[in-house]
Amino acid sequence: MFWNKEIECINEEQLKEIQLQRLKDTVKRAYEKVPYYKRKFDEVGITPDDIKRLDDLRKIPFTSKADLREVYPFGMFASPLREIVEIHMSSGTTGKPVVAGYTMNDIEIWGEVMARCLTMAGATKDDIVQVAYGYGLFTGGFGVHYGARKIGCMIVPASAGNTRRQIEIMRDFGTTILTCTPSYALYMAEVAQEMGIEPTNLKLKAGCFGAEMWTEAMRSEIEKRFGLNAYNIYGLTEIIGPGVAHECVEKNGLHIFEDHFIAEIIDPETGDHLPDGKRGELVLTTITREGMPMLRFRTRDITSLIREKCSCGRTFVRIERIRGRTDDMIKVRGVMLFPYQIEKAILEVQGVEPHYQIVITRPQHLDEIEVMVEMSKETFSDEVKHIEALKKKLERRIEEIVGIRVKVTLVEPKSLPRSEGKAKRIIDKRSLSE
Amino acid sequence: MKIKQLSVFLENKRGRLYEALKALAESGINIRALSIADTSEFGILRMIVTDPEKAKEILEKNDFTVKLTNVIAMAVKDKPGGLAEGLKYLYDANINIEYIYAFVEKSGEKAVVVLRTENLDKTISLLQEKGVNLLSWDDVLAL
Repeated sequence: MFWNKEIECINEEQLKEIQLQRLKDTVKRAYEKVPYYKRKFDEVGITPDDIKRLDDLRKIPFTSKADLREVYPFGMFASPLREIVEIHMSSGTTGKPVVAGYTMNDIEIWGEVMARCLTMAGATKDDIVQVAYGYGLFTGGFGVHYGARKIGCMIVPASAGNTRRQIEIMRDFGTTILTCTPSYALYMAEVAQEMGIEPTNLKLKAGCFGAEMWTEAMRSEIEKRFGLNAYNIYGLTEIIGPGVAHECVEKNGLHIFEDHFIAEIIDPETGDHLPDGKRGELVLTTITREGMPMLRFRTRDITSLIREKCSCGRTFVRIERIRGRTDDMIKVRGVMLFPYQIEKAILEVQGVEPHYQIVITRPQHLDEIEVMVEMSKETFSDEVKHIEALKKKLERRIEEIVGIRVKVTLVEPKSLPRSEGKAKRIIDKRSLSE
Repeated sequence: MKIKQLSVFLENKRGRLYEALKALAESGINIRALSIADTSEFGILRMIVTDPEKAKEILEKNDFTVKLTNVIAMAVKDKPGGLAEGLKYLYDANINIEYIYAFVEKSGEKAVVVLRTENLDKTISLLQEKGVNLLSWDDVLAL
């Protein structure tokens, strides 16, 4: 199903034409209205006139999250404040938060791309969409809301939390589409069962899950538990919020709405442009945003571009499922590995915020990973077989998520080093043993 | 008839058992029965102590992972076959034993063992029905 078939199936030539015109307009607007961009352009000696072809985009310097923090709160806005009608903010766990400003037209575009996402998941006017993403400064709730409203779905703006009520609503209202983070969906399935409600008996047919990294294993689990089709949605506050990309029925990569966003993949270390199919850091440029145009924003998300034609008929390029963040990537046996994935696995098994350390060695030409996990009060059992089962469960879950066999060692609490509140997660001993 | 056992997770590292016992000693806690389940990587120290709640608090303050578990203290005849007799009831009733270890002290003429099974309630009612002497917490303290 298509929300806007004409544009979603546009031919390459026409798309490039639209992109180039919009890119030129955006670059001009950014250069003229945002001092930050003017300074950046001046530093490398380019002007908007240097953008003549789509490839010229590569001449423009990157914008990083740190850059955005520097101009906090409104320094990236390209519209006067009286034109800004809405503000959202990304959580500032590592410093000042990032503020995003939307004009009326930006909100319109947000609704449009989100309507495409929901339609890809099968939403129509007849559907009841339960929005269990948070409403507030976080973009999740409102983004889905605007898209569902454009389609004319019946919206249940439940926001996140109050899980029992969420489930009662699903049962009593007959919710057909659920939108929330994938981990919250799994939690809901558990709570439903505790309440004596069999999740597969709910009327859910599809779900749009995102706002955190998740895996194919989690998808199967969610689909099995609820008996629905789970789709992957991608977006970020700096670009627009949810609605940058979404999976079609093929569930094989997320289509980027290229009439609004241009995607590139770069080598996170050198900044070099990488060809389609190569995994690297996703860089996004908005080409229709008025309130806050974003030129070559480094998302720090690791993915690759899939340019092959998709059987759904859409011509928009796809990104593969987000593989991790550039900040904490390590390569083991040629596979990219992220502490985040291991943390997630432990969290799933132990149910509490884990303390762990990853030790990588190379005893004989082959990398070995040992994950030391502090035994938690909650999971400690005084029976050997339970502890051994816990260890096996951790090893299995980590292997499922990262795709590499690891050895788990359970250690005593507070035996792993902590520095300034944040633990040193990775000990790489490989260079020593070579 | 359940009594509280203190279980402590120990890494197989030099000095850990000593440190746990030292912490208890310094707080005047007496150990009445003790066993260690050991594997190649870790051990579980199981103890019946005079003040389990306080012992737990002390060990946790010293960064040990501790758990209070319910177990049964069963008095059996201190002669060949005494324990086997008690266990036969469990065998006949198809109740599996998770672990078992002995008290040092006797209760009168009887030996006392600590027992944990897969189903404590069922075990207690079964043994009481069979006339096996189970010790209460007061009995344990009086040993």
